[in-house]
Amino acid sequence: MNATLQLKDGITLEAESFGAPVSTSGEVVFSTGMMGYPEGLTDPSFKGQILVLTYPLVGNYGVPNKNLWEADRLMVSGLIVSNYIDTPSHFQSQNSLAKWFKNEKLPLIQIKDTRGLTQHIREKGSLLGKISINKPIGYYDPNKENLVKQVSIKNISYLPSTNKKAKTILLLDCGAKRNIINSLRKRNVSVIVAPWDFDPFTKKGESKIEEITGSKKHFDGLFISNGPGDPTFVTKTITTIKKSMDLKIPTMGICLGHQLLTLAAGGETTKLRYGHRSQNQPCIMEGSPRCYITTQNHGFAVNDIPSNFKKWFTNANDGTNEGIIHTKLPFMSVQFHPEATPGPYDTEWLFDFYLEKIKS
Amino acid sequence: MKDIKKVLVLGSGALKIGEAGEFDYSGSQAIKALKEEGIEVVLVNPNIATIQTSKILADRVYFLPVNPDFVEKIIDKERPDGIFLSFGGQTALNCGLDLFNQGILKRYNVQVLGTPVSTIELTEDRQAFADHLHKLDISTPVSKPAYNTKDALAIAQELGYPVMVRSGFSLGGQGSGIAKSEKELKDISDRAFSFVKQILVEKYLHHYKEVEYEVVRDKFDNCVTVCNMENMDPLGIHTGESIVIAPSQTLTNYEYHSLRSIAIKIVRSLNVVGECNVQFALNPKPQTVDDPEKIPFEYYVIEMNARLSRSSALASKATGYPLAYVAAKLALGKNLTELKNKVTKTTQFCFEPALDYLTVKIPRWDLNKFKKAENTIGSSMKSVGEVMGMGRTFEEAFQKAIRMLDLDFEGVIHESLFKDDDQIKEQLKRPTPNRMFAIAHALIIGITVEEIYELTGIDPWFLYRIDNIVQQEKALKFKKKLTKEILLSLKQIGTSDKRIGSLTNKTGLEIRELRKNYGIVPAILQIDTLAGEFPAQTNYLYLTYNANHYDVKPLKNKGVIVLGSGPYRIGSSVEFDWTSVTTVMRLKDHDKKSIVINCNPETVSTDYDISDRLYFEELTFERIADIYDFEKSYGIIVSMGGQTPNNRAKALKAYGAPLLGTDPDNIDRAENRTRFSALLDELEITQPPWDSFTTVTKAMSFSKKVGFPVLIRPSYVLSGQSMKICHSEKELRDFLGEVASISQEYPVTISKFVEDAKEIEVDCVAEKGIVKALVVSEHIEHAGVHSGDATVAQPAQRIYLETLRKIRLITKSIAKELAITGPFNIQCLAKGNNVAIIEVNLRASRTFPFISKVIGTNLIEMATDAFFGKNIKPLNGNISDLDFVAVKAAQFSFARIAGADPTLGVEMASTGEVACFGDDVEEAFLKAELSVGVKIPKKGVFISIGGEVNKYKFLEEAINYLFSLDLPIFATDKTAKFLHRYGIPVKRVYKLYETKTPNVIDYFKSGKIDLVINIPDQDVERAINDGYLIRRAAIDNNLAVFTNQQKAILFLKAITEKKIETLPIKAWDEYK
Repeated sequence: MNATLQLKDGITLEAESFGAPVSTSGEVVFSTGMMGYPEGLTDPSFKGQILVLTYPLVGNYGVPNKNLWEADRLMVSGLIVSNYIDTPSHFQSQNSLAKWFKNEKLPLIQIKDTRGLTQHIREKGSLLGKISINKPIGYYDPNKENLVKQVSIKNISYLPSTNKKAKTILLLDCGAKRNIINSLRKRNVSVIVAPWDFDPFTKKGESKIEEITGSKKHFDGLFISNGPGDPTFVTKTITTIKKSMDLKIPTMGICLGHQLLTLAAGGETTKLRYGHRSQNQPCIMEGSPRCYITTQNHGFAVNDIPSNFKKWFTNANDGTNEGIIHTKLPFMSVQFHPEATPGPYDTEWLFDFYLEKIKS
Repeated sequence: MKDIKKVLVLGSGALKIGEAGEFDYSGSQAIKALKEEGIEVVLVNPNIATIQTSKILADRVYFLPVNPDFVEKIIDKERPDGIFLSFGGQTALNCGLDLFNQGILKRYNVQVLGTPVSTIELTEDRQAFADHLHKLDISTPVSKPAYNTKDALAIAQELGYPVMVRSGFSLGGQGSGIAKSEKELKDISDRAFSFVKQILVEKYLHHYKEVEYEVVRDKFDNCVTVCNMENMDPLGIHTGESIVIAPSQTLTNYEYHSLRSIAIKIVRSLNVVGECNVQFALNPKPQTVDDPEKIPFEYYVIEMNARLSRSSALASKATGYPLAYVAAKLALGKNLTELKNKVTKTTQFCFEPALDYLTVKIPRWDLNKFKKAENTIGSSMKSVGEVMGMGRTFEEAFQKAIRMLDLDFEGVIHESLFKDDDQIKEQLKRPTPNRMFAIAHALIIGITVEEIYELTGIDPWFLYRIDNIVQQEKALKFKKKLTKEILLSLKQIGTSDKRIGSLTNKTGLEIRELRKNYGIVPAILQIDTLAGEFPAQTNYLYLTYNANHYDVKPLKNKGVIVLGSGPYRIGSSVEFDWTSVTTVMRLKDHDKKSIVINCNPETVSTDYDISDRLYFEELTFERIADIYDFEKSYGIIVSMGGQTPNNRAKALKAYGAPLLGTDPDNIDRAENRTRFSALLDELEITQPPWDSFTTVTKAMSFSKKVGFPVLIRPSYVLSGQSMKICHSEKELRDFLGEVASISQEYPVTISKFVEDAKEIEVDCVAEKGIVKALVVSEHIEHAGVHSGDATVAQPAQRIYLETLRKIRLITKSIAKELAITGPFNIQCLAKGNNVAIIEVNLRASRTFPFISKVIGTNLIEMATDAFFGKNIKPLNGNISDLDFVAVKAAQFSFARIAGADPTLGVEMASTGEVACFGDDVEEAFLKAELSVGVKIPKKGVFISIGGEVNKYKFLEEAINYLFSLDLPIFATDKTAKFLHRYGIPVKRVYKLYETKTPNVIDYFKSGKIDLVINIPDQDVERAINDGYLIRRAAIDNNLAVFTNQQKAILFLKAITEKKIETLPIKAWDEYK
C-alpha cells in the first residue's frame, strides 16, 4: 500500500498506486457505468473530479487510439478502481490504462472496497478528497471556479459539410465531448466549434459568422455542449444563449448546456447531493408512455423550469428534471447525453429532432 | 386486449438436457405475477417435483403431458381467456405453436399473451429469420437451409469445410454440430433429420467471441437490455456448455453498445412483448479499414429465442432483475415504468442494472454416468446443470464457481487430473468438461498464453486471469511465512482455505484460524441492481474478499439457515429445490427468518422473494462457516437439499454450529457402509451379504461364495461409471482390470445382488426417534435399476401385507436407534416376504415432493415442524388407501449424449421426472410415459429379448397384449423364432453381425418401426454389442426404446387397454 485517499470528512483509505506517483485533489464522485472507461475518463465534464468506478474490473481492453477518446487527454483528476487489470486484451488496445495515467501524470489507485466508498458518498453527498502519493497535498474545491474555461477549446474551428446546401450549427464548446460534434457532422451539417465565451453577434445583433465561414449566411442553429462544474459561473455563454433565443434561432443544449439554457431563459439550477453518473438512467418523455435509457454525468440539475417552457423528460428513478422544451419556439435541452459514448444510443434521435426544427 | 380473467400457463415438463430447472423459476414467477393481478391461473406441467406445481401458486394444476392433444382437452374444460407460451421452454413453445396452427386457440378464443405467435415462428425458422434480419441490414452467418442430407452436402461443398449445422425448432442445440468433412456432415445431418425437418448449414466462424443480450420490451415500445453476457469459450461451444461471464469483459463501449442497439432493433422489428435473448458472434480481430472515422467491427446474429430461456434465468440471478416476473406483467399489457423495482423498492423496472461485481457461470456435466458416452463438449448441449459464482475479481468468481460444481475441485489448479503434457494439449484442442483445469495446467508447464489462445480460442484476457492464479500459487512455494498480505491476496483471487492449506502443509481449519487471527474475513454485499447508487432493501447477498464491510446486519437467533442443493446433476435435481423452498416457507410458522445458501441459478430457492435472506454462495464447509460466523443463526438445516448439504453435517457440527434434526454422528452411522452394516446386524435387520476387498483374488472368492450376480462399488474409478452388476467371473475380472482400481489404497465393495426382487421406497418423517409418517411406494422395475431411473407407483401395487408389516417394524427400529428427527428415506428389497435393507438416507429423498403431492400431506412441512420439537401429529396409519394411482416416471436424455447406451442399471442416468395421476396404474403410467415424450406406436414394434429365460418371462406376461396390439411385429433371429413358435405373427429382420440387408437399423431408418423393446441379456458379450448398436440406433432415430422387462410389459398392457382419446382429463384437485 503506497497511496492514500483522504476524504474531507475525516476518512482515510489505503490504496495501491498503478498510475503516476503524483498527488491530486478534487471532488470525489462515483460512476456506475460498466462500459467505456476510455470515453468516460476523457469526458471534460469530469474536470476537477476524482472518479470512483463502481464496476470493479477496469483496464480490461486497454486504451485505444486517441481518435476514439472524447477529448485529447484524460479529464479526471484521478481514478479509483477496485481491481486494476494490467493485462489488456483487445485488437484496438495500444496501451495499458496504467501507462496512460503515467504518461499523463495522473494517479490511478486501487482501493478494494469501492462499494463502501460509493455508499459513503451516497450518504454524505459528493465530498472533497485527495489522493496522496509521496507528497502531501491540500484539498481543492472545483465547484468554486469556472471549470469551463479550463476545458473549452481556445480557437474556433470550422468543420464544413461536403454538402454545399448544408445548414450551419454553431456549437459552443463548454467542454464538448467529441461525439457531440461527430453526431452533428454525420447528419450532414456544417459545424462551427467555438469557445464557450465566443459571442457570435455584433452589437447590432448581427452574426460574426461570415468571418469564419466566408459566407454571408447566418448560422442556422445554436448548440450548447456538456461541460464541468457549476453553470452559474458560465455567464458569458448564458448571455449568448439569451441573444440567440431573442433572435428565435433554434437552440439545443446537452447536460451543462441544458442548465445554461435554463438559466438563460430565466429558470434555476441546483446542486444534486451526489449527482447522476451512469449509463442506465431512465428518462420518461412527458405526456408519453416512453422511457429512454440514458448516459448521464452531472452534479447540478435544473430545479425551476423557465416560463414558456415545459417539462420534456423526467428521471424515472428520482423525479429530477431531465429536459425542457419551449411551448412554441424551437428551444430545447436535455440533461442526459444523446451522443452516448459511453452508454446507450437510445436518444440519438434527438439530434434528428433538433435538426428537423432547423429545416422547418 | 380483451378482459383477461383466467390464464393457462404451459410448463416445460420433466427436466432434460437443454431444458431444466430454469423453467420452474420462470413459470413460478409468471404465476406470481398473474396472481398479483387477480387472475385465475391454470397450469399444465407433469413435473411434480417443481415449486410451480405446488398448492401455493397456481389455482389449478394438471399433471398431464404438455402436448396439443392433452392441452386442447384442458382448454375445452377450463376455457381460459389467455395462454402463456413463453415460460415453459421449447416444450411449451412448440406445443403452443401446434395449438395455434391447428386453429385450436382460435376455436376456443384463447388469446396468446405476450410475444405474438408470428414472431415466435419467424425466430424458430432459421431461414425466415435470417431473411428478416437481412431486410433490416443486420448480418447473419453465410448459410443455407437444407431439407435433406444430400442438400446439406451440396451446400457445404459450396461454403467449404468446416461448416456449422444448426437445426430449427429444437432446444439446447440438439442436432447441431461442426463438420470438418463430408463424412462428419453426413453423420450430423442424418441424426438431425430424425428430429427436425430443416437444418441450416453455415460457414463456421472460427474462434469468434460469443455474446448474448437479454432484452425486455413492453407494448409501448420501451425496450431495455437487462444484461449482456460473454462466453469464455468461443463460438462453436454451445452457450449452455460454455463458461459465461456477466457482464462482458472484453468488449469496448462501441462493441457493447453497437450489439445492444442491434439487439433492440431486432426485438422492436418483431414486436416482442416480454423477454427474449439475442446471441451474437463477434470477430475478435476484424479487418481494419482505411477510414479512420470507421471503427472496425464485424458481427453476426446467431440466434434469437423469443421466450424465457436458461440464459434469462442466469441473467436474472446475475443482475437481481426478475426477468420472468417482469415479462409476465408486460404480457398483460403493463408499461415497464409502472413496475416497481422489487430489489431497491424505490426505483422502477425500466432501467438496465449496473453491477458492481461479476458473475461466472460454469456448467456441470455428468458424462461418466453414461455408458459409452463421448467425453467431449461442443455445439450440442450435454451438461445437466450449472452454477454461478459471484465476486469482485474474475479469479474470485471463477474459483468460487469451480468449487460450487461440487466435484471436489478446490480451484482451477488440480494436480493429478492429467496423465501427461500431451493429454493437456489434446484437451485444449478438443474441449472436455475438464478444459479449464487443462488451461491452468498448461500455464504451469509453460505453454504460453498465445499458444493456448491458438488452441482454444479463449480470449487471452481470461487466460491472463487464470495465469494470475497460477503465478500466485507458484510464488507461495518460495515464501517462508504466510503473511497477512499474501493470505489476503490469495483470498482475493478466490483460493480456498483448504487449497492454501494443501500448498503450505496445513489443514483448511488451520488456515481459517490463521486468517481470522489476521482479521481476514469476507465482506457481505448486496446485489442491488444499481451498484450502490440508491439504498436498497434487498436480501440478495454474496461474500467477497474484495471489500471490507457488511451491507446487512446479522439476524442472529431469529435466523435459520437452509442449505440448498447446489447444481442440478444426475441424482440431485429440482426435487431438492422443492424440499428447500417448502422448508423455507414453513419456517415462517415457527417465527424464524429463513436464510438460504445456494449457488444454482436455475432454482426457485435463489429467487429474490422466497427467503428472508439469500446468500448466492458456495455450499462448502468454509463458506457455510463464514456465513454462520456472521449470522450466528439459531440453527442450520442440512437435510432438505439432498446429499451435498448432508455431507457437510459432520464438519459443521465439529465447528460448533447448531444443526437442526438428526445428530450428524447418526447420519454417519447411516452413511458409512461399515457402521451401517453393524447397525443393521445389531437391529437384526437383513442386508445383502457384502464386504470390502483389496485384491482381485479375495473379491473373486467372495463373489463365488455368495454367487453371481454381484454388485461392485469401487472407491476409485479410472473412467466411466463407478458401480456395476457383474454376472460372471469374467465380467468381474474385466471390470476390476479395466475400469476400477483395486488395491490397499482403493478397496472395492462387493455385495450380493438379489435378482428379481421388488424394490420398495419408504419415505418417512420422525421426531426424536418416533416415526410420524411412513409412506411406502413401489418400483415397477425389479431391483437393479437405480431408484432415480425407476418408475414408482403410489400406492404400491403388488406388496404383500406381511412385507408391509415387516417394513414398518424395520423403519421404527431404525428411527429409534438413530434418534431421527426430520425426513428420512429407506430403500429395501423384497422377495417373497423377505425384506432386506439396501440404504437409509437421513434426509429428504427424491420422492418427497411426489409422495407429498400424491397423498395430500406435505411431509416436508411435517419434518420442519419436527425440527422445532412440537410433538407433531402423526400421519394417519393407512395413507396408501387412495382412490387413484399416481406414477412417477423418469425422463431420459440419451439422444443428447452421443454414443450413450440407453440401458438402465445401478448408476442413475435419467435427467428428470414426471408424475401423473390415473384411475389405475396403467392409466397413470401411460400418461407419465407420454409426458416424457414416449409416443404410442402406430407403425410397428421391434422386439428383441436376450436369453431363453427372459424370453419365457416376457412372453408369459406379454402374450395377450402382443395379440391385441394390431401392429406389425419385427424381431431378430432367435426372438422371431420364439414368438413364431407361440403363434405370434412376426417378421424377421437381420442383426448387424449377420451382415445381411435389410437389417434392423435399415428398418428404423425407413420409419416402419416406432417402438423398440430390447431387453439385453447381460451374459452374452456379442449380444451386448449388437444390442447396444440397435438401442443406440433407435435413440438416434428418435424411437421409443424400452430396455426393462417390467416396464416394457406394463407399457404394452397400457397401450392395449387404454385409448389416448378417452384418457380422463382431471386436475390435481379432482383426485381426492
